[in-house]
Amino acid sequence: MPETTRETVLRISGTNTRKCMLCGKCSGSCPAYDAMDYRPHQFVAMVERGEIAPLLQSKSLYACMSCFACVERCPRGVQPASLIEALRAMVLREREHTRLPAQLIPELIDAGTPQQAVVSAFRKLSK
Amino acid sequence: MPLNTSAPAQTGEYRPLIVAFCCNWCSYAGADLAGSSRLTYPADVKIIRVPCSCRVNPLFVLKAFERGADGVILCGCHPGDCHYTTGNYYTRRRMTLLFSMLDYLGIERERTRVEWVSAAEGAKFSATMNDFARTIRALGENRKLRDLRCGN
Amino acid sequence: MQKIGVFVCWCGSNIAGTVDVGRVVEAVRQEPGVAFAADYQYMCSDSGQNLIKSAVKEHGLTGIVVCSCSPRMHEATFKKTAAAAGLNPYMVEIANIREHCSWIHKNMEEATEKAIVLARAAIAKVLKDAPLTSGTTEVTKRALVIGGGIAGIQTALDIAEAGFAVDIVEKQPTIGGRMAQLDKTFPTLDCSACILTPKMVDAGANENIELFTYSEVESVKGFVGNFTVTIRKKARSVRADLCTGCGECTEKCPSRKTKNEFNMGMDTRGAIYIPYAQAVPKIAVIDREHCLHFKTGKCGLCERTCSAKAIDFAQEDELVTRNYGAIVMATGFQMIDPSGFGEFGYGKSKDVLTSLEFERLMNAAGPTGGHLVCPSDGRHPKHIVFIQCVGSRDTSGCGKPYCSKICCMYTAKHAILVRDKYPDVSVTVFYIDVRTPGKNFDEFYRRAVEEYGVQYVKGMVGKVTREGGRLKVQGSDLLNDRQLHLEADMVVLAAAIEPDPTARSVASMLTASIDTNGFMTEAHPKLRPVESPTAGVFLSGVCQGPKDIPETVAQASACAAKVIGLLCKQKLVNNACVASSDPLLCNGCSSCEKVCPYGAITYEERELNDKGVRRTARVAVVNEAVCQGCGACTVACPSGAMDLKGFTNQQIMAEVDAICR
Repeated sequence: MPETTRETVLRISGTNTRKCMLCGKCSGSCPAYDAMDYRPHQFVAMVERGEIAPLLQSKSLYACMSCFACVERCPRGVQPASLIEALRAMVLREREHTRLPAQLIPELIDAGTPQQAVVSAFRKLSK
Repeated sequence: MPLNTSAPAQTGEYRPLIVAFCCNWCSYAGADLAGSSRLTYPADVKIIRVPCSCRVNPLFVLKAFERGADGVILCGCHPGDCHYTTGNYYTRRRMTLLFSMLDYLGIERERTRVEWVSAAEGAKFSATMNDFARTIRALGENRKLRDLRCGN
Repeated sequence: MQKIGVFVCWCGSNIAGTVDVGRVVEAVRQEPGVAFAADYQYMCSDSGQNLIKSAVKEHGLTGIVVCSCSPRMHEATFKKTAAAAGLNPYMVEIANIREHCSWIHKNMEEATEKAIVLARAAIAKVLKDAPLTSGTTEVTKRALVIGGGIAGIQTALDIAEAGFAVDIVEKQPTIGGRMAQLDKTFPTLDCSACILTPKMVDAGANENIELFTYSEVESVKGFVGNFTVTIRKKARSVRADLCTGCGECTEKCPSRKTKNEFNMGMDTRGAIYIPYAQAVPKIAVIDREHCLHFKTGKCGLCERTCSAKAIDFAQEDELVTRNYGAIVMATGFQMIDPSGFGEFGYGKSKDVLTSLEFERLMNAAGPTGGHLVCPSDGRHPKHIVFIQCVGSRDTSGCGKPYCSKICCMYTAKHAILVRDKYPDVSVTVFYIDVRTPGKNFDEFYRRAVEEYGVQYVKGMVGKVTREGGRLKVQGSDLLNDRQLHLEADMVVLAAAIEPDPTARSVASMLTASIDTNGFMTEAHPKLRPVESPTAGVFLSGVCQGPKDIPETVAQASACAAKVIGLLCKQKLVNNACVASSDPLLCNGCSSCEKVCPYGAITYEERELNDKGVRRTARVAVVNEAVCQGCGACTVACPSGAMDLKGFTNQQIMAEVDAICR
């Protein structure tokens, strides 16, 4: 059973949610704001409070376009998009252990797989 | 287990010799505050007042070990708070080098220490000295570097 | 042969309750060099001090050890006692057997033994004490103020008022600084120029104040009380003694394309110009970079126009060297360039302004004569958006990590001014926090909301784009959990303020330290806020940290008080515990010079008599007036030439020896 704690999200994303000074610039920058149930600034606050379960169910995970505007513009170096990315990774891991064998990937890429997750996974791997 | 400093020194009980160099502006005042707050630490610790931690010449530390000290601790202002602006940065660099050399010579790392204690941190001073004394007691007597002519 | 007296204090039961003072006295009597030892209930009392004095005389003591409370408590007392008994005060050492012994140990045996060891260490040290005398230096009764803004002006006026001569160096052609550019001042909304210009005139007219405008500090030598400063008076190409400030030349000048700095580049000026009508001194200046005469050799229209014959194209920079007792840094601030934040569109649209530009736009003497119009096409705005914290509290590397402190208040001021003058214009302010600590400050901000109907939105703007000649502002409204998309005609950025970039070079000339943000460091953040750690250098205004006008003026006057205190002194008494170098051992390596935080060490060629052999060598010399006695140099010295009086290598070694016996 994969862990769904605050620490896991912070470890995967490599962010520090305590740096947030509640300015809301992330949500002010987000182009997908209206399609989200939880907004970028709420991701930061909820991860900090350890409320991970609702975020894992959030449709924001699939609304975020991974444009990284929030990361780029955050004055305090908090990375809301990285948190969303980490939560997406956790959703994937929950489905199929922690690692995907290469041959299984085409099967999994169906209508239900968030495109952003795939793109972000590539971005992470290519770093 | 905290040291019971109120217990009488029993004959034969090992009492280490600890030399503490404290800068006049922060740590010496911190030690004074520990005193006026009656925060105890072992009598094994003897304090030498220096204007700034950067006044401590590595030779003083070597001298202390040569004369039979079991542990040497330097206390200065917190980085950025030095009365002389940059003195404690010199201390930090010099002592890093000295301690690594002493380690090479067989004086355990735990016998030497640099700590930042401000004038307001009486509690920290006392806690630091208790901890350091406990460490030195656990390590036992220091025989390295001791001047043989001074021994018995 | 030294004769040491040891005096053990009981401090009532504070010491005697835990330390067997009698045994301490007995033990120290055995120490070499000790000629006398006694204990007394309260050594610091009059009778205790008399005991010391009579023992010095009776036994011919050459040094004293007092085993008592912390030297931080009574060292000065016992030094005075020694001096009264005819001893050098530096022949006194304190063994701290109260704070460091009796108060922290409960076992008498242990505490007594430790007290004996501490006393032994003090005896070992006093045996190697040498009588020290503090040197004195003269004080030059003149102060230099660097920067002619409100901070510099206020400091100079206060110093001049006390009867001392002051010079102000200002790099601009006029004094007045940033405050002269402001329209109104919060929270009273009185006109900035109306309260500043009388002070500027006072500074110009005061017989104790000399203005060096259009001038810069070229070099600084010396130390507290004795600075020698060279000031470069840049060539104005106009003779100050002849120019009447009539302004005829500025109107005739055919070169009109230079951006007007005073109006933040929002309009242009001639190559010969007077910064603004209330300039002090009101003397024209030629900007040689843009002057046709200097560029092409032709023109010369101003010269022909000037009836006072004041134009002097051949004028050259002039170097003035003067001596000062104190130097005041009042170098002020500038606004950061917000074009680093691409999302706000500054530089892309003319309708995105900084607050200082907006200030000029509102000002009756500004580029539009005080009419609020959009800079892009001159239309009347319908909606203005203010964005706070642009580049402040920003650790991303693009901005400044600190709060600029004044933006919340001036943004509220701008909002009120707009709504007051143009009730048809709506105003939205995006804020992260509204910080209004100050007298009548919060009331002022609440007036903006309650009386003037300014919309305050808790959130930050994510981007500003141009759309059909207007601006589109996208930002978050956190309290209402929505994203706002607003149409605006103007966006005003409350950009962070930063220290003026010239402060850095001036500070390094003064060996005054600056922090990571470029602000000047205080000698103590709480207790010595207007002094630099470098003796004789004082701080006034925003060069030390962000502050508004009332705070700046308060600090400027505090700074003046410190300067006056220094200049009043006939002589400065130096710290006696200073470093000194033995020229015969010095190998001229410069290690000590590099570690000295005060620049107290210089190298000089000296002729030495080395055991009868004459030689010249480059050796370290310590300026005793500058040295603060930290001892960093003593450890850096590889040849053992450098030592610290009062804490010599030998003394500390002796203490170590005595403790480790």
